[in-house]
Amino acid sequence: MGITVVEVTKKFGDFVALDDVSVAIPEGSLTALLGPSGSGKSTLLRVIAGLEDPDSGQILLGDDDVTQQPARARGVGMVFQHYAAFKHMTVWENVAFGLKVRKRPKAEIVKRVDELLELVQLDGLSKRYPAQLSGGQRQRMALARALAVDPEVLLLDEPFGALDARVRKELRAWLRRLHDEVHVTTIIVTHDQEEAMEVAGQIVVINRGRVEQVGTPRELYESPANEFVMSFVGPVNQIGKTFFRPRDLTLSLEQDGDATEAMVERVVHLGFEVRAELVRDDGQHLLAQLTQEEAQALELERGLIVYVKPNRQTTFAR
Amino acid sequence: MIAKYALRFGALGYLLFLLLVPVGLVFYRTFEHGLQPAWEAVTTPQALHALWLTLLIAAIAVPANTVFGVVLAIALVRHRFPGRGLVNAIVDLPLALSPVVVGLALYLLYGTGGWLGGLADHGIKILFALPGMILATIFISLPFVVREVVPVLREIGTDQEQAAETLGASPFTTFRRITLPAIRWAVCYGVVLTTARAIGEFGAVSIVSGRIEGKTETLPLYVQSQFEGFNTTGAFAASVVLALIAIFTVLAMRLFRPKEGI
Amino acid sequence: MATNPAVPVSRPGAVANRAGGALARGIAVGYLSVVVLVPLAALIWASRADGAATFWDEITKPEAAAALKLTLVAALVVAAFNAFTGTAIAWVLVRDSFKGQGMFNAVIDLPFALPTIVAGLVLLELYGPNSPFGVDLAFQRAGLIMALLFVTLPFVVRAVQPVLLELDRDMEEAAESLGARRLAVFRRIVFPNLLPAILSGVALAFARAVGEFGAVVLISGNVPFKTEVSSVYISGQIESDNPTGAAAVSVVLLAISLAVLLAIGAFRHWRTRHDR
Repeated sequence: MGITVVEVTKKFGDFVALDDVSVAIPEGSLTALLGPSGSGKSTLLRVIAGLEDPDSGQILLGDDDVTQQPARARGVGMVFQHYAAFKHMTVWENVAFGLKVRKRPKAEIVKRVDELLELVQLDGLSKRYPAQLSGGQRQRMALARALAVDPEVLLLDEPFGALDARVRKELRAWLRRLHDEVHVTTIIVTHDQEEAMEVAGQIVVINRGRVEQVGTPRELYESPANEFVMSFVGPVNQIGKTFFRPRDLTLSLEQDGDATEAMVERVVHLGFEVRAELVRDDGQHLLAQLTQEEAQALELERGLIVYVKPNRQTTFAR
Repeated sequence: MIAKYALRFGALGYLLFLLLVPVGLVFYRTFEHGLQPAWEAVTTPQALHALWLTLLIAAIAVPANTVFGVVLAIALVRHRFPGRGLVNAIVDLPLALSPVVVGLALYLLYGTGGWLGGLADHGIKILFALPGMILATIFISLPFVVREVVPVLREIGTDQEQAAETLGASPFTTFRRITLPAIRWAVCYGVVLTTARAIGEFGAVSIVSGRIEGKTETLPLYVQSQFEGFNTTGAFAASVVLALIAIFTVLAMRLFRPKEGI
Repeated sequence: MATNPAVPVSRPGAVANRAGGALARGIAVGYLSVVVLVPLAALIWASRADGAATFWDEITKPEAAAALKLTLVAALVVAAFNAFTGTAIAWVLVRDSFKGQGMFNAVIDLPFALPTIVAGLVLLELYGPNSPFGVDLAFQRAGLIMALLFVTLPFVVRAVQPVLLELDRDMEEAAESLGARRLAVFRRIVFPNLLPAILSGVALAFARAVGEFGAVVLISGNVPFKTEVSSVYISGQIESDNPTGAAAVSVVLLAISLAVLLAIGAFRHWRTRHDR
């Protein structure tokens, strides 16, 4: 079912974590709450989960107002950044926990747990303890545990934050595939824009307790609502009040009308992509992004003088 | 919600009745008849001697256990040797052993017919004299410095000490400039515990001292003798002195470990 | 010519370090022997001085046996009681929040710092013939239990507090999000993780209760077969000039202490088996 957040405000003492936030999360979607540390994204997730009470506002699951209900009554599944594994129980017992608490019949529990362990590819490790698993395996166990009770909503709080880069990439792809198969409304909190863009169908950008923009990854990248979103979602150049992407900075060896002169300070080769750091006469630093071929055509190297001009730029009404 | 308040008031009520009211009572009973009788009771020659003796014993036992405690801790943590587990157990033993058993063990060792009973014949009086009382006090207050220092030594690891060594420091210098400062607060806390235990010791010292009034009677023993002699004012006054020392101890413990438990 | 890094170069002070270590160990072991080992050895020796038959007689004598039985039962009752009250107090000090909490936390250490005879005197005044409450527990087993509860108070509390502090709250939130009610969260998540600490505290409380002398000697009245515990019995045997009898019962107490220490070691080992 979908989730609707209506004008939620949450304060911790004088600190305003969420400021009149309203968001609609479509049923069956995979939505990311994206923002820097302290932006309030985790707080919003916990309010949706029922682990925190909002000072004002409502949370609706489907058509039901669940604002007064505690976490255990909401039917949400939650996955935590540091796994929150029940360290005194085996993997199997961890996954079975929610079902045991609901007093489901033994046969049903066995069937469901085995099914889930197979789904998350942990079926050989059911008798191990969490301490004996790798980080990635623990998180897969946590997901299986959350899914075991057939939650209406799956909430993931920076689930891959504590894992190494390679495992993170693997699990992102894995989560996407899982969601395609299981179709539960899922919200993932992350500060990593690459992760949000890769995994989510819809992104809610949050900063300082406020929603900056809601949209698909493409919408956010191509039509950012403001400076914050634009710079958070990808690298950005700023001259005065105009902003443009490194990819949109054209480099040329010839002066072309209103192009400005700049010197290449540094060239970085990243596979098929080349990044250049440039500096203009007036000291302004710029970032450019080219393909291998474009760089070769220019014979791009340190010290080269080029003429730069953005071919696409945005200004924001303040 | 009710559960939370019920638990809180139950737990605090228990503490109030088991701990605070009794200790409060000792102050009340002491000063019930005024400050003067209490003061007089606690400044009789016998009482003052008992206090002095108690402090003297602590002044010897505590430094001994501190120095050897640190040495023991280092030996246990930094060196592997056969019987390390046994040494560990022996260090912990005074925590689990009845003080009466300790007193008896010393009584049997140094008494007539004991292995070291011959010492008395050569004029070295252990039992019914200061040395025996010191040995008993050292025994029962042994573990504290060791147990406080061991985890700290384990936690800081050998990195800093090894760095000092590669820079040319001798083992003694390393100990003095690197190890000792690192364990400083653990040692302080251990000293507080040791001192409290040494001052408060009753059972073991009761047996080895013979409780000779004016000679081998510590302040705790004095409390008992006064009570049994129906001098309740004297007993309570001495108790107040000991209770005050205990309160200072508890405050000192919070000073060195403010976060403990909360 | 390159130095082969696989060949250890003698570190400055390496030899001195080893010698220093051996010296330290020697001093440590020597100190322990003089202070602890030799006296205990003398105790064990004295207990068998008149033969195994006498040893057995001494510990099975009616008064000795009654004292031992009372000691163990009282210690068990008190230790079990502490398992509940100690955990409850630890919970209130760690998870709750109220004015004066720091003072209550500090006060827990009072039974440790206060001389046992003073504790005994004070409890006698409060619950004995002069009691302002009108009860009289002197010469009763109830008085004995009160005294033991006083001295064993800190053990379970201080054992449980650090574990409770370190407990991963995420686990409890996860359990809650999975549908568990408060009690279920405590029963299935918190309690299993606290159990080893509780048992360690209980073991220490038990050992302390078995050996307690000063707090007990006044209020219990030391009535043989009714309120006389082993430590008081031993003291009586010394005064009656029966050192062998005293030694025999003492050896039994010593054995109990060692068993308790072993149990605590086992609990510690058990506790750390789930830690990552």
